[in-house]
Amino acid sequence: MNRIDALFQSDQKNLLNIYFTAGFPERDSTLKIIQELDNAGVDLIEIGMPYSDPLADGPTIQESGSMALKNGFTLDLLFEQLQQVRSITNKPLILMGYLNQLMQYGLEAFCQQAQACGIDGLIIPDMPLDLYAHQYQSIIEAHGLHSIFLITPRTPDARIRKVDTLSKGFIYMVADSSITGKKGGISEKQVEYFERINAMNLNTPRLIGFGISDHATFSTACNYAQGAIIGSAFIRHLDAGNVVADFVKMVRGE
Amino acid sequence: MNYGVDEHGFYGEFGGAFIPEMLWANVEELRSKYLDIMYSDSFQKAFKDLLQHYVGRPTPLYYAERLSAKYQTKIYLKREDLCHTGAHKVNNTIGQILMAKRLGKKRIIAETGAGQHGVATATVCALMGLPCIVYMGAVDIERQAPNVARMKMLGAEVRAAESGSKTLKDATNEAIRDWINHPEDTHYIIGSVVGPHPYPDMVARFQSVISEEMKWQLKQVEGREHPDYILACVGGGSNAAGAFYHYIDDERVQLIAAEAAGLGVDSGETAATSAIGTNGIIHGSRTLLMQTEDGQIVEPYSISAGLDYPGIGPMHADLISRGRAKAYSITDAEALESTLELSRLEGIIPALETSHAFACLPKMDLKPDEILIINLSGRGDKDLNTYMTAFEL
Repeated sequence: MNRIDALFQSDQKNLLNIYFTAGFPERDSTLKIIQELDNAGVDLIEIGMPYSDPLADGPTIQESGSMALKNGFTLDLLFEQLQQVRSITNKPLILMGYLNQLMQYGLEAFCQQAQACGIDGLIIPDMPLDLYAHQYQSIIEAHGLHSIFLITPRTPDARIRKVDTLSKGFIYMVADSSITGKKGGISEKQVEYFERINAMNLNTPRLIGFGISDHATFSTACNYAQGAIIGSAFIRHLDAGNVVADFVKMVRGE
Repeated sequence: MNYGVDEHGFYGEFGGAFIPEMLWANVEELRSKYLDIMYSDSFQKAFKDLLQHYVGRPTPLYYAERLSAKYQTKIYLKREDLCHTGAHKVNNTIGQILMAKRLGKKRIIAETGAGQHGVATATVCALMGLPCIVYMGAVDIERQAPNVARMKMLGAEVRAAESGSKTLKDATNEAIRDWINHPEDTHYIIGSVVGPHPYPDMVARFQSVISEEMKWQLKQVEGREHPDYILACVGGGSNAAGAFYHYIDDERVQLIAAEAAGLGVDSGETAATSAIGTNGIIHGSRTLLMQTEDGQIVEPYSISAGLDYPGIGPMHADLISRGRAKAYSITDAEALESTLELSRLEGIIPALETSHAFACLPKMDLKPDEILIINLSGRGDKDLNTYMTAFEL
C-alpha cells in the first residue's frame, strides 16, 4: 500500500508534513535533512524540486530554490541523492515541483526514477485538472505515485468534488488566498472556510498548508483537518542555521 | 486551416492555462466573461470611442517612398508610434481597463520591462481613476528611469521585483503573486499575448484593431486589402498579433516575425526564442521558451528591453512552428543600423524593438511590385539614452 494511504488509514491526528527545498542550504544536504526530519518525528516529508520560476511559492522558497540551483541542483542529482533514501526513512515522501520540470525530464522517465527511489506522491501545482485526467493520470498512477491537488477558499464546490475524485492520498487545502510564506494567525474567515469544507464530507483527507508557521497555527489547522503542512517557516529556520529537531518540537509545542 | 485559439485556449499544441489553483478562480472568471463583455454594444462603443478620441486612431498607413526606393519594393508603415503614449501598447490597456471596470475590479496591477506597458497601464488607470501598481525588475528600474518617472507622474506605484534576475520575467512573476494575494478586487493587465488563456486571445483581439485598419487603409491606396508581407517585431508578440490578426487565415500574406538575437543566436546572449527555444511552460502557457535541459528558464538578452523575454506568445509559437509565419533573428547591431536608416530616410526615429522589424528588409528577397506593411510599433524617444551611447551623439 502507498505509504500516504497507510498513514491516513491509521487515523492519526495532528499529522505534520514538512516541506524543504532539495539542494538547500547545501547541494548535498538533502538526505541529511530527510534523516533529521524522520528522527524528529514528522509524519510526511515533502521534497521541493528547485525551480527558476515557482509561481505558487513566495520569496522564501524561491530564494532557497535559487540557492539550490546555484549549488548545482539538477533532477538527475536529486534522484541520485534519493537512491538510498528508503534505507533511512519509512515516512511518506512527496516530490513538489512544476510541470515544466516533468515535461523536460520526460514524464515517463521522471515517474520511473521517482518510483525507483520510493517516492509516494507528487504535488505539481500548475498541473491542469482536465489535462491530468486525459494525459497524465494513467502514467503517474502506473508508477504507484499519488497526485495531490490543491483547493483554495475560492475553489467552487463542483471543482472541489472533481479534486476529491482526482487527488490521491490527501487534498492540499490552501489555508488562505495567498502565496506561501505569509506570517500571522488564522482568521475567522479562514475557519469558516475550513468548516465549509469539512461539511462537504469529502472522501479524501485533507492537510492544511500556507501560512502555517508555528505551534498556534499548526494546532488551529489540526482542529479542522488531519494535519498541516509547513514550508517557508522551516526554510527560514534552516537558513538561520538552526537544528531541525528544534523546529519540529516548537511546532508540536513540546 | 484555422489558426485561431480553440475553446481550451490552445493554438495547436501551444497555449492553455497552466496555473496554480490559487489563480484558477481569477482566470476562470475572466475566461467565462471576456468574450461576452468585449462584444457587448456598450463595450464596443466605449472602446472605439476611446481609441478614436484618446489614443488617436486610426493610425496612418504611410507609404515610405525613400525606404521603398532603397529596397526596390513598396513599403507601407503602420504608424502605431503615433498612438498616445508612443506605442501600440495602449490599444490593449484601454481594452483591459474597460474590462476591469465591467468585472467590478477596484485595483489594477501590471508588469513591465522597458516601461512602455507600465506607462500605458498607468495612463488608463489615471483616466479611469483606479489605483495602479506596476511591477518592474529592479535592474530595469535602473536602466529605464524616464519611464519610471512617467508612471509616477501618472499616479502609479512602481514596485521593484527583486527576485531572480530582476527583469521582465521576474516582474511578471511578482505581478502574478500579487494577483494570488489579492484575488477578489484586482485585475491584472498583462501587456502581451502571453500568460494563461484567455490572456493571449484577449490581448490579440484588443490589438487586432491594427490589422482591421490596415485592410481598409490598404484597399484605399492599392485597391486590395492584403499586402504580400507583414513585418513585425516579436518579444511576447502583442504588436505582431495585432498586425497579423485579420490576415492569419489569408495565405496570400506572408507573416514575418523579427526576434531579438541579441549578440547572436548562438552567443548565449540572445532572446531569439523561436530559434533556440523548446516546448515548455512559462507564465501559465505552453509555448516555446529558452530553458535548460532540466526545464529551468534561461535569462534572455537583448539591447531592447521590450524584446528581452525568454518566451513567445503561444499564438506565435504555433504560427512559426507550422511555418505560417517566418521568424528572422536580428542582432543588436542590425537593429541599431536600421534605426538610423529609418531616421535618415523617413524622418522617423523608431523604438529599438521596432527597429528589429526593419532589419529584416536586407535579408528578404523582395520584388518591385510587392507590397509590404511594417508595423511601426513604437517611437524611439524612450531609447534616446541607448541611441546616444550607440551612435556617440
